[in-house]
Amino acid sequence: MLGRRLDLIEKARAIGQSVAGPNAGAVDKDGRFPAESIAALKDAKLLSAFVPTKYGGEGCSVGDLLSICHALGQHCSASAMVFAMHQIQVACAVRHAGSSAYFADYQRELVKQQWLLASATSEAGIGGDARSSSCAVEQSGQSLALTKNATTISYGAHADGILATARRNPDAPASDQVLVALHKKDYALERTSNWDTLGMRGTCSNGFLLKAKGTMDQVLPLPYGDISAHTMLPVSHLTWAALWLGIATDAVSRARSFIRTEARKKPGSVPAGAVRLAEVVNMLQLMKANVVACAEHYQAIADQPEALTAIGVAIELNNLKAGTSQMALQVVHHAMLICGIHGYKNDTKFSVGRHLRDLHSTVLMVNNDRLFGITASLLLVHKEDTTL
Amino acid sequence: MTEDIRAIIKEHGRLAVDVKTLKDDADLYAAGLTSHASVNLMLALESKFDVEFPERMLKRKSFESVAAIHAAIAELLKEKG
Ligand SMILES: Cc1cc2nc3c(=O)[nH]c(=O)nc-3n(C[C@H](O)[C@H](O)[C@H](O)COP(=O)(O)OP(=O)(O)OC[C@H]3O[C@@H](n4cnc5c(N)ncnc54)[C@H](O)[C@@H]3O)c2cc1C
Repeated sequence: MLGRRLDLIEKARAIGQSVAGPNAGAVDKDGRFPAESIAALKDAKLLSAFVPTKYGGEGCSVGDLLSICHALGQHCSASAMVFAMHQIQVACAVRHAGSSAYFADYQRELVKQQWLLASATSEAGIGGDARSSSCAVEQSGQSLALTKNATTISYGAHADGILATARRNPDAPASDQVLVALHKKDYALERTSNWDTLGMRGTCSNGFLLKAKGTMDQVLPLPYGDISAHTMLPVSHLTWAALWLGIATDAVSRARSFIRTEARKKPGSVPAGAVRLAEVVNMLQLMKANVVACAEHYQAIADQPEALTAIGVAIELNNLKAGTSQMALQVVHHAMLICGIHGYKNDTKFSVGRHLRDLHSTVLMVNNDRLFGITASLLLVHKEDTTL
Repeated sequence: MTEDIRAIIKEHGRLAVDVKTLKDDADLYAAGLTSHASVNLMLALESKFDVEFPERMLKRKSFESVAAIHAAIAELLKEKG
């Protein structure tokens, strides 16, 4: 298994089964924040699992986080996505704290308070290009002010803090960005758009006008371009892929139990959908192998800044995100065909409609066309890996 | 060679500032170089100096300044003989 911390993964699995799963239907239907799951994850101290033990955390690995995302994804997509997005922010703060006393304290407090951290990278007028900002940090002495018209901040209204990207200063070009860790007390959020969506409804990803004040030590020391390449992008694509795999895995599990029920009705004959199930299990295996391989590669080079910025790594991680999102959708589509009308209905134990709706977000959150566009341009100079 | 490199950066780097105002060791990414623009920069450099960047050079650091680009090209030209 990718994750080694079976104690943590077991806790997540139990929360998935007893809390997240039973509430997943209501969270989706009402488009409400999965408050029970997040409270349970806080109680289990899982929100600070990635914080090093010297600050009181569990010091778990990225691989452990992926196993947890995968476990949660099998029960409630929104809970898993909230957990994933939170851990992406934690990973940036932990891995890029440098020698900052402020961020050492930040990690200690994160453990004590079990803060839930949200992300404001997307911005009005910029679309999904996380490597460009129009808003800027305005410094005066040691104080800073930041106003960002953020088009989507998942669980923004429920978070204890937000990590926001911005230009380094009002004169900096759009790509010269920093990442600022803001506390709830530092900012006011004015809701600018609703979140009434096809799926991932419980992430409550409304748009907000973020108006913040703080101090300059809340700016992570490393330029955001490096934070993005070393941590934000890899951990995003890895955690997302792991939880999407979790959603697809649950859909396949429903299809498998449907086939088994059919088989029991007529012992001796193989049900019509059984061959399709075999195909789907094959796809699931490919997806899983891809997640594991990319995670192991990332973990092997995670502390080598130069290796992390290699073009080949960017292509591998973009492919993981784009490939897993497309394949997960196909898998659930097949699961629905296998379960037939029972899968299409919303109120049977074979329903996979929610899975399908949730997974349609995967190709948009950082649009696959954008990612393929980036890869296409990188391929103008990249050479294929000819080794095995 | 530095002048040629600077001319190519000016044409393809899409920097937010005039490359003339930057020192040889100034950070091009801080000056607005994006990964998309850096690909165009690489292609233009390959064409101008008739070299091909090997995989080991395809990372952020190789293109972070005029001096870094100069060092990379010099190394490739030396290998070519
Ligand atoms: C469930 C969910 C949760 C999210 N949570 C957050 C969050 O917490 N914080 C946050 O900051 N953001 C969040 N986002 C937003 C997300 O990261 C992207 O900003 C957003 O999905 C991009 O939306 P877009 O379609 O407007 O933008 P774009 O990616 O700009 O796409 C716009 C259109 O242009 C096309 N396009 C764009 N670029 C290219 C290209 N290079 N080549 C070809 N076509 C292109 C696309 O096909 C698309 O139709 C979330 C999104 C989702 C779905």
